Amino acid sequence: MSSDAIAIRAAEIEGRPWVETLHDWITTVDHKRLGILYILFSLLFLVIGGIEATIMRVQLMRPHSDFVPPQVFNRMFTMHGTTMIFFVAMPIVFGFANYLVPLMVGARDMAFPRLNAFSFWLTAFSGILLYFSFVGGSGLYGAGNAPDVGWWAYAPLTSRAFSPGHSSDYWTVAVLVSGFGSIGTATNIIATIFSMRCPGMTLGRMPLMAWLSLVMSGLVLITITPLSAAQIMLLVDRYLGGHFFDTQAGGSAALWMHFFWIFGHPEVYILVIPAFAIASEIIPVFSRKPIFGYPIMVAATVCIGFISMSVWAHHMFTIGMNSTANTFFVLTTMAISVPTGIKIFNWIGTMWGGKIQFKTPMLFCIAFLFQFLIAGLTGIMLGAAPFNWQLSGSYFVVAHFHYVIVGAILFCIFGGFYYWFPKATGRMLDERLGKLHFWLFVIGFHLTFDAMHIPGLLGMPRRIYTYEPGRGWDTWNVIVTIGTFIQGIATLIFVANLIFSYFKGPKAGNDPWDAWTLEWSVSSPPPAYNFATIPTVASRRPLWDKKHPEDPDSRYE
Amino acid sequence: MRLNLRGVKREGFGRRAAGILLLVFGLMLAARLCAASAPGENPVPNIFEPYSTPADAIFHLSRFVLTITGMIFLVVFVLLVYVLVKFRARTTDSPHEPAQVYGSTQIELAWTVIPILIVVVLFLATTRVIRAIQDAPKPTNVVEVIAIGHQFWWEFRYPELGIVTANELHIPVSDPANPTPTYLKLLSADTDHSFWVPQLAGKTDLIPNRVNTMWMDPHRTGTFLGQCAQYCGTQHAKMLLQVRVDSRADFEAWANAQKQPAKNEETVSAGRRVFETTACVNCHAVAGTAATGRFGPDLTHMMSRSTIAAGAAENTAENLGMWIQDPDMIKPGSLMPAMKLSDSDLDALVRYLETLR
Amino acid sequence: MSAITTPLAQTPGAWRLPYRGKVGMACLIIAESAIFTIFVVAYLFYAGKSMTGPTPREVLETPIFFTICLLSSSLTIHFAEKFLERGGRGAFLGLWFLTILLGGLFLFGTGREWHRLIYEHGLTISTNLFGTTYYSLVGLHAFHVTVGLIMLSIVFLFGLAGRVGSEQSARVGVLSMYWHFVDAVWVVVFTVVYILGR
Repeated sequence: MSSDAIAIRAAEIEGRPWVETLHDWITTVDHKRLGILYILFSLLFLVIGGIEATIMRVQLMRPHSDFVPPQVFNRMFTMHGTTMIFFVAMPIVFGFANYLVPLMVGARDMAFPRLNAFSFWLTAFSGILLYFSFVGGSGLYGAGNAPDVGWWAYAPLTSRAFSPGHSSDYWTVAVLVSGFGSIGTATNIIATIFSMRCPGMTLGRMPLMAWLSLVMSGLVLITITPLSAAQIMLLVDRYLGGHFFDTQAGGSAALWMHFFWIFGHPEVYILVIPAFAIASEIIPVFSRKPIFGYPIMVAATVCIGFISMSVWAHHMFTIGMNSTANTFFVLTTMAISVPTGIKIFNWIGTMWGGKIQFKTPMLFCIAFLFQFLIAGLTGIMLGAAPFNWQLSGSYFVVAHFHYVIVGAILFCIFGGFYYWFPKATGRMLDERLGKLHFWLFVIGFHLTFDAMHIPGLLGMPRRIYTYEPGRGWDTWNVIVTIGTFIQGIATLIFVANLIFSYFKGPKAGNDPWDAWTLEWSVSSPPPAYNFATIPTVASRRPLWDKKHPEDPDSRYE
Repeated sequence: MRLNLRGVKREGFGRRAAGILLLVFGLMLAARLCAASAPGENPVPNIFEPYSTPADAIFHLSRFVLTITGMIFLVVFVLLVYVLVKFRARTTDSPHEPAQVYGSTQIELAWTVIPILIVVVLFLATTRVIRAIQDAPKPTNVVEVIAIGHQFWWEFRYPELGIVTANELHIPVSDPANPTPTYLKLLSADTDHSFWVPQLAGKTDLIPNRVNTMWMDPHRTGTFLGQCAQYCGTQHAKMLLQVRVDSRADFEAWANAQKQPAKNEETVSAGRRVFETTACVNCHAVAGTAATGRFGPDLTHMMSRSTIAAGAAENTAENLGMWIQDPDMIKPGSLMPAMKLSDSDLDALVRYLETLR
Repeated sequence: MSAITTPLAQTPGAWRLPYRGKVGMACLIIAESAIFTIFVVAYLFYAGKSMTGPTPREVLETPIFFTICLLSSSLTIHFAEKFLERGGRGAFLGLWFLTILLGGLFLFGTGREWHRLIYEHGLTISTNLFGTTYYSLVGLHAFHVTVGLIMLSIVFLFGLAGRVGSEQSARVGVLSMYWHFVDAVWVVVFTVVYILGR
């Protein structure tokens, strides 16, 4: 009634000059617009990061290739990793959370709208700062260039002695500043969830997207900050003559590793938990059943959050820790597979007995299930320390984590796009193009990342700009590269779909998927104020209650 | 909301097809990996072709882990495919929503307890191998080697034998009945490196200001390949490793030859003069001469090595000349400076170096 | 239909959620605690490992007086807040000013100590591991004190202009939380540097 009728899109007002629209977007504090800005920002950097990956893959297609010199290749893998983690994956999960969390908890905006905008612009600035290094940074070879120390920036490679010039500083400062932006957004999400839920929405009635955003944000607060601290220490070393990681003065290279991985491992959970959240919203709707075991899903995620803080040194099995330390980290690493496995079973349990609709959002989530299963299993293999002593630092690990980040996280994000694009824009994405995107991407993904495991097993280390022929790696590298191009094409199809459907897609209406959470109760796109009247809820699926008054969830919860 | 009948059927079939493809792929992969061949003939540094106790222990553990994870994969995979096929929406369905099941405590318990048991088993198996490798008692009859990682080459010292060499590690074969393993002490002169020869052992890092140790006891003679496995800078990719496992006799012969100072042949005295009067001596050492530089590899017996620049090129006169005049042609970004010698000086120098057997 | 209303007999005002300012500040405090923890870990890890130069035992003097200043400022700010809640603007302003004074004294003390360490003992951030970790940890804390003092001063100026009353007490309470955090961090830093680290 009132919420749909009042929606007036600024663009529909005749004769509005584009500078005014631009100004609106730049000065916005509306969580929906900021969410979209985060997502657009991420998509841009996804394409850039993809180009960097393609350059590397072309170089590695043949042994002793001279497509790019080693200095350029080393910058490529550094920038690819840094970009994808900090300027694609993090912003995109913040974008989804920003857009959805207030709508899902029945609030009009985030708790701190101006902090929200500030956090976004910090992130945007830091992305531009990082890429400015290509032009402005001076490295070992004179002309301006980008950091080339790997996205982990291990000490003492990052010390003044081994990285003169400023390229490493671009890495340090850009990531440091984006970290502050992340902390701001995480604070906002937590405060929104604790302080702005609509009446009746107890914590136990929030959609899983909200719950998992809460866990993710809590992790952000305590894991981004160790990296920030380490980066401040690195700056002290590089500019104030400090010795935090100066091995010549008795400093410890391993200390940087500990600090980095105390950040680095929970970071991947920060990225994957929102993917879980998206799957937990989509799978129930397209199976026509509620999520199986809501309380356990929450508990398992909280468990994962806690355990993830204790596994970090499984990235350091080869640095020569004693057998007791290694054993401890094997234990915690394997333990984390239990709550993770529980979640997979719960998703299967959701689909069991349902009526599964194979629409594009669901296709991506189904592929996520298969691929996350494999990724988790290779993770368990890597968690067995002696096996890790062989495979760490090899292409097996690269294959494993891309399986998680692309195969699980990116697939869920694609699913989330197809699912919520109608809500954000009022138009459906084209279903046929969506299925084409899906199948092409699946083929490309598996070609690349299935094949990538093998060179690792055959002794191919990572971060090498070339390799010797005849070690059994050659053909596999060709297959990996071919898959890259297919994924690239699929991504372009996706972007084309986004653009085309924004203008010409069929109108979506409030609730095109017949779903059950609060965001589907308002118009598509929602009005600036979200809800004309703040709703009151009595169950986890307020719209189910409304559509099935004879059998509401509130009777059973 | 209408359901696309044809679309639904195709998706279900597509899922199954993809699943079958995956299985076939996996089987092909397994078959390929099981293929074995003699060391030295096949330079593929395959972790599933171990020739030393640590690598062997890891191989057996990996088979166990792969079996268990493979079984888990099969079970869940089959379950997923079953669910997708059996519970797909059909137009023949009634328009009602299916039964809205919220959860089940018993099922949750089952699929919590079973994974915990699996984790316990995997953990125990893993712990045993960690102990077996890291806490193995050190026998009396070992060859001690100190490996020092540099950007971008390997320094090997045998303190008890008085040998200093580079990049190609010679160690004696170890008879399982009477083991003579090689113990390596791993140090670094600059940044992090990692010693990885897959067929002999798992990798261990070389970290500045830290002493790591590892051991290997190759059961067969031959040449085993590896390379640096921790990004250490521009030429990390060409910091290659060769481990030559010699018979006991061959190893003794090699060691004796390496202990000798460099021969001093009159025919190449011109080249030797070039070597000793240009900057070469700042970085390189030749035992028995005034050259005692430690920044670069020891060249006393450089011709006993099959490659130069840590495996970046074959050890030929032509490559040697190129390496000295313009190292960037072979290994751009390495720390060897371009010496810019005159042609005659270069020629003499190379002829001198070729006497350093 | 806009609202998803179920006719629940709810007493008005029964739905109470925490004040978002407090939640936000709690988040900031948690994040900052993690940063300080890492610096403390580095300090403890490197204790006794310096290869040269002055050791803590040789050069550190326990700043008892200035610590008391800082910790008392927690008391003064607490009471300032309490008075403001009840509308006692005068008492609030006085105690608030005292807080700023005490915090300022603490900073002065830190500065004096650093001057002594640098010019009398030659200990700088680049001297050795002790110098690096000491100045970083104490400096990070001092930076947070400085930021806190700036915020407190801004509130003080608003207060002088008559703009701070009991309606603002929730917001003042948020700033007060931050100040308590800064003091709590000092307790930890003091223990690590002047007691354990020696």
